[in-house]
Amino acid sequence: METVIALIKNPMVIEFIVTMVKIGFIFGLTIGFFAPMLAWVERKQSAVMQDRVGANRAGVFGFTVIGLLHSLADAIKLIFKEDFIPRGAERGLHTLAPALAVIPALVVFAVIPFGGQYTLWGLDVNLVIADLDVGLLYVFAISSLATYGVVIAGWSSNNNWSLLGGLRASAQMFSYEVTMGLTVIGLIMYYQSLSLVDIVAKQENFWHWGIIWHFPAFVLFLACAVAENKRVPFDAPEAESELVAGYFTEYSGMKFVMFWTAEFIEMVSISGMCVALFLGGHHIPFLTQKFLLTALGDIFGPDWGGVVVMLIGVGVFITKLVILLVLQMTIRWTMPRFRYDQIMKLGWKMILPLSLCWIFLVGVGILTGVMPTP
Amino acid sequence: MEMAVFIVAGGISVFLSVVMVLARKPVTSAMSLVGVMFCLAVLFAIQSAHLIAILQILVYAGAIMVLFLFVIMLLNLREKEGMESHTKGYAQMFGGAMAFVVLVAAVGLTSMPSSPAVLASDRFGTTAEVGRLLFTRYILPFEITSVLLLAALVGAVALVKIRMR
Repeated sequence: METVIALIKNPMVIEFIVTMVKIGFIFGLTIGFFAPMLAWVERKQSAVMQDRVGANRAGVFGFTVIGLLHSLADAIKLIFKEDFIPRGAERGLHTLAPALAVIPALVVFAVIPFGGQYTLWGLDVNLVIADLDVGLLYVFAISSLATYGVVIAGWSSNNNWSLLGGLRASAQMFSYEVTMGLTVIGLIMYYQSLSLVDIVAKQENFWHWGIIWHFPAFVLFLACAVAENKRVPFDAPEAESELVAGYFTEYSGMKFVMFWTAEFIEMVSISGMCVALFLGGHHIPFLTQKFLLTALGDIFGPDWGGVVVMLIGVGVFITKLVILLVLQMTIRWTMPRFRYDQIMKLGWKMILPLSLCWIFLVGVGILTGVMPTP
Repeated sequence: MEMAVFIVAGGISVFLSVVMVLARKPVTSAMSLVGVMFCLAVLFAIQSAHLIAILQILVYAGAIMVLFLFVIMLLNLREKEGMESHTKGYAQMFGGAMAFVVLVAAVGLTSMPSSPAVLASDRFGTTAEVGRLLFTRYILPFEITSVLLLAALVGAVALVKIRMR
């Protein structure tokens, strides 16, 4: 017993446990909560916006719970569905592709802070899985790998629609990665850091939020983010009216659902990054963490007060996340699909020059002192 | 620890390089090369050059190899296509060996000027330090490289234009 207690009190073991809890939380939040919820929101919101009743069939003993059980029914159906690999397909790559699509979307979350730094019972808790010095570049590096899943899926299916979808996806995702990288350069100049934890910490003051000084960059970034996730109006790679389902035409069962999940998790992770960069992460406008800690510390005591502040921080982060997700969902059911050449033109001839202009303006602003850096 | 990571990552990268050369399908070659890029990134990371490691993945694995795959898909290269050059295997081997000799000689004969002060400090490999060196001490090679890349780009476009006529 004593050895067990000694083992648990070992700082390395504590750090390991804390990291595992954080990873578990992120997995639960993305795969366990947001993926099925977004699948439901996508159905129900489209129904509401198109004046239909919508998902209301799946139920237990007549209780349909506003269609929420559809996600569960879907999961059961997809698990038992036949896993089909078409003749002439590259079997190995065909199986690998869905994993290549999901993993980058999940791994990106490692550097996105979903809360602040807290001291609880003498233990420093930093609500980010890995506080990397080059966090922002890490996000771009990993999310650029998501292209492989799509491209390999399109190529290995031995199907012309899949191939065309993969081809479109690779060109589109590559183009928008470049432009997305350029839209945040201004922010890097402004915050003078590549670490997302640093950037969030510098947004404690509401007037230093990214969206206040960098609203054009925010709009451009969001446009690139939607294009990068291949969602409407940028869904040319999977355009169902032209390409059946694009790169995942030949997928069924759990592999199909992995592409689906990957899309939703990508949405969540890119929104998480947007919250960290532009919307102040876990910070509440005009309320500093120190103020909250002293105010709630008086009521709950310093440690439990810290826990409450931590929960508030995570709650604020998730609230901002949900707002951005709902915005993207609403865009999806509002806009028609762009033509492929329009997508390319928008990326290279409009967003790219605009973001270069914005970098120049930010540079001038910082040099002349018009834009005070935090 | 560092040695173990080096042996594993280095071994995998050598193995994948061989697979890349010998594979009969272009896509297998391309994916092996992606793997090699990853192993190189690991090697950079254990040298505490985190920025370079991330850039290795971002630029090579994330951008350049995607373009490789794009071209493979665009031409829809399946198995055994473009393999007729196998008859000239000896010439290619000779060329490769010569290139290797030149590379080893270049590495052996030149000595990289490294400032011990930077190497010893814990700022080594950080973004700020790499940026500072790039824009002060190595500004000339840096700019020349960018002009060289631009020239290559213009050259490629010009070649395509000639062929289109």
